[in-house]
Order: sequence, then C-alpha cells, then structure tokens
Amino acid sequence: MSDLFRVEGLSKSFGGLAVSRNISLAMPAGERLALIGPNGAGKTTFVNLVTGQIRPSAGRVVLNGEDVTELGAVRRVRQGLVRTFQVTRLFSDMTPEEHITLTILQREGKAARILARFHGNSEVAEEVEGILGTLGLIEVARRRVGEIAYGQQRLLEIGIALALKPKVLLLDEPAAGVPSSETPRIEQALERLPPSLAVLMIEHDMDLVFRFAKRVVVLAAGEIIFEGLPSEVAANAKVREAYLGNYANARSVA
Amino acid sequence: MPTMAQTEKLAAAPIPGSRAVRDVVGVILIIAAGLAGFWLFPDNLALLTRVIAVALLVLSIDLVVGYCGVATLGQAALFGAGAYAAGIACVNGVTEPLTLILIGAVAGAVAGLLMGTIMLRAHGLAQLVLSIAIVQLFHEAANKASAYTGGSDGLAGLMVGPLFGVFEFDLWGQTAYLFGLALLVVIFIVLKFVVSSPFGMLCRGIKEDPIRIGAMGAFVFPVLLKMFVISGAVAGIGGALAAISTQVVGLDSLSFELSANALVMLVLGGLGSLYGALVGTVIFMGFEHVVSAINPFHWMTMVGALLIAVVLAAPGGLSGLADRVLPSRQRNRGGRA
Repeated sequence: MSDLFRVEGLSKSFGGLAVSRNISLAMPAGERLALIGPNGAGKTTFVNLVTGQIRPSAGRVVLNGEDVTELGAVRRVRQGLVRTFQVTRLFSDMTPEEHITLTILQREGKAARILARFHGNSEVAEEVEGILGTLGLIEVARRRVGEIAYGQQRLLEIGIALALKPKVLLLDEPAAGVPSSETPRIEQALERLPPSLAVLMIEHDMDLVFRFAKRVVVLAAGEIIFEGLPSEVAANAKVREAYLGNYANARSVA
Repeated sequence: MPTMAQTEKLAAAPIPGSRAVRDVVGVILIIAAGLAGFWLFPDNLALLTRVIAVALLVLSIDLVVGYCGVATLGQAALFGAGAYAAGIACVNGVTEPLTLILIGAVAGAVAGLLMGTIMLRAHGLAQLVLSIAIVQLFHEAANKASAYTGGSDGLAGLMVGPLFGVFEFDLWGQTAYLFGLALLVVIFIVLKFVVSSPFGMLCRGIKEDPIRIGAMGAFVFPVLLKMFVISGAVAGIGGALAAISTQVVGLDSLSFELSANALVMLVLGGLGSLYGALVGTVIFMGFEHVVSAINPFHWMTMVGALLIAVVLAAPGGLSGLADRVLPSRQRNRGGRA
C-alpha cells in the first residue's frame, strides 16, 4: 500500500444527526493537503475521528497499512499520527524549552522516570535546540509560555508536534488567532516541515491554503464535495454554492 | 530569512544551578528551624513531633493536589493506613523504629495504590466525593476490625525499641522529635528530586492540561497512579511517625476531619510548592495551639478568619506571598519546583 494514511467511509452520527458522511481520502508520504469548508461542515469532527478522540459510527482509519480505528488517541500518537490544536494547548507555567524537552522524553519513553534529571541529557538538549532554532524560538526558550506572543505559542504548538517525529501531521488551523504581521513566520515554519511528512491542514485563511497545499478537499455538511488542485477549487460550482449558502464565509473564497 | 538572524544556540542551562542553591538554602533553613524548635520549646516536643507527622501528610496531599491537580479530602486514609500498620506490627513484636517506618510507608503506598485506582476513574467533584467515601470506609473498617485495631479504643501503649538500638524514646520526646525531623528532611529532599524529575514535569503538565499530555502520546492514568503510590508512602511514614512518637493509634488518624484540616493547611501554605506544605502546617498548628489555649471555645472561628484573610490577601498561599515579595525567587521564571 503506497498510501501512508487513509480513511475509508468514515461516518459519525450524534443521535439522528449525521456530522460526517462516508468520508474517504488517502495521503501518500510528503502530502500537503488542505481541508476546507464552511463553519459547521464537520471539520473538527473529522479531526477528532481521525485522532481517536471520538469513535466513528462506521468506516476505518488506516495508518501505515495498519488499521488503527480501534486504537485510542494516545496509541495513535505513538504510531505517528499527531495533531495540533485550533486553540493552543500549552502549559502556561512552563517554558518552550521545557515543553519540547518533555515531549522528546515522552517520545523516548523516559518521561515517567523519577530517577533522572529533567535537563540532564545532552542529546535531548541538542534536539530541543534544533527544533526551537528552526522555529525561531531560541530567544524565548526560557520564558514562560504565558509571557510570549501568541504567534510564538502557535509555533511552539507545531514544535511539540514535530518533536514527536510524526508520520502524519494534522494541523488544525495553525494560523488561527495570529495577527497578520506574524503569519509569515507560521508559513515559514510550515514550509520547513520535513518533506516526507504527510500533512493535513485545516485552515480558513485561503491565501495560506493556496500557498501551502498541493491538493484541496472541501467538506460541506459532513461530506466531501470537492477534491482537487487548489487552482480548481474557486471555480467549482458546488464549492461556491456551499460557501455562498453560508454568508459569513462567502468572502474568503471569492 | 530575516527572522533567522537571531542566535540559534541556547546558552548552557543556568537554571538548575541557581535552583539547586535555592533548594540547599531551603533545606538548611528547615533544619535550622527544626533545631530552633528543639531548643526553644523543650516542653512542647510532643506537639512539634505531631507537627512533623502532619507535615508529612500535608506534603503527601501537595503531591496529588498541588502537582497533579487531583482534589482529595480523604488523604488521612493513607496516613491512618501507615499508623495502623506500624501500630499493629508493634503490638505483634516488631519494635525496631526504622522497620516500623518502613512498614508504614509500604502500607501507605498500598493504600495509595488502592485509593488512586478508585479515585482516578472519576473526575472533578465525583473524584472529591470518592475520596471522602474512601476515608469513611477506612475509618469504618478500622472501627469494625477491633480484634486488630482496638476499634474505638485504638491501639495504646506501643512499646517501641531504641533507635539504632541506642537511643531510647524518652519521656520528653527528644528522640522522637529529632528522629521525626531527620525523616522530614530526608523525605523533603527526595521529594524535591521527584517533583523536578521528568516524572514531576509530566505531572505538572497533566495538572494543567491532560488532553495536551494525551496528544503528546502519554497515558495520564499510570502517571497519576504512580504519584498516588508515592504520596501514600509519604503519608504512611507520617502515620507511622505519629504512632511511634505518641505510642497510640486511634481512629482520629483515619478521619475525614484530619483530611480536611490537612488540605486547609496546604491551601494556607500554598499549593504546588513543597515549602508551602511545611509553612502551612507550622502556621496552622501553631496558631491552633496558641489560640485554643487563649480561647478554647472560639479558636476554630479564629482559624477560619485567618484562613479567609490568607486566601483573600494571598491567593497563592503564604509561600506564594513570599514568591511575590522576594525578588530573588521571582526571577526564577515563576517555575515552581
């Protein structure tokens, strides 16, 4: 199987309400896929289904040829399926350095050790430095996260994901809430993601989507209504209809 | 890449060094305060030993509440488990004090494992209610199993052998107090290492956001359970120390009231810093001792007023107040370890 990651016929209903209907998509290694859609299209539900936060009513999630549908969220992370959060989830009292160190120790199965020093490992320290350096976060490495700019927090969110050495990365609106002056740094970080990584990005900022994605999937009312090149998406009649039906998002596609 | 013009190197970590100095100073201060108590209040050593035993209980609560964010009002179950285990062992002929402490630690750890396994199934308020239910069950079990525990009479007249075969537990409580102080210092140092280890950082992460920890690929339950076991061992040692020093084990060591008071002491001193647990215990029990002598009828009112004043004036507890007042501690990036 050449696809690194695949979902097949993924469906989810809450009571009588179907929020995801028969979603199938596949991503090879190195994929840069953007998932877009109007508010309420089921994007977040889709992410939660893929990461294992909620169980699908039907369908399969396949990672690296292995069916992970029955695995919980934590085990999927350990298999290389990693996500970032739409609203950053960071530890406000810890520094970026501590975040990345903890993540690396966790990846190596050393995070629950009592008889070890947190900062004692020079290999880990080097890797931390590498990740923070790539993201341009060295200057704030020892500041409390609560004190650094939101754009930097978003970069750290990406850094944590990278420190897990993922195979598949789900970016849930990586630039949400970031002032436009700081978005170039987010974009730069996205450009520097490891080439072999399969990335699925959910994003409202269409400029970012067009620059980043090689392929676009449009979700509306829980269904995929379009799949193709970024250059084709704006011209598609179904997509225009879906967005125009939702006044608030109409301008972002036009 | 204009943004990359900045330095890409981290300076060698300066933090552990300064933090180590701070902790060494802290430990020296604890020893100094302990010895000062020994010289200044030679007639109150029994009370001071009791303070140390309770301080161990409060430290154990800090581990689960302050570092993991698990609320509990049943920690005395672990303290009492240690006290009764040591007491029962002593009645049955085990009189070596260090062995009794070890028995208390093991009993507390086992009780912590049990308590954690049950409590960690629930969250929030339900978790708190479970902790109360557990301490009540322990209390009732000790009451009913009178053949082993002496029921409501408790175990009395425990004859503990001399420490290291040399130092008898004297009438004035000198040996018991110095033994307790040494135990407290050793446990404090061990816990400092525990909370600043990778495990301690993981716990702090869980306290703030368990979902984030899950998204990092770490399971929350086993980490918290491990902390419950450590916390149980510490509380159990406190209970065993109380049993050895007073030569009595009663149902009050397993009570909801003790659990609640200990939590109050922790809040008073400040959550999530081991110093706060010690400060809170000393202030609370010292205040209680003085005020109850002055006014035996309304001392609880005064304690309540003190608590309200502290919570309103210093939400981080008394040690949090020290953090704000002392600039040298503030510089430490607010990192609480």
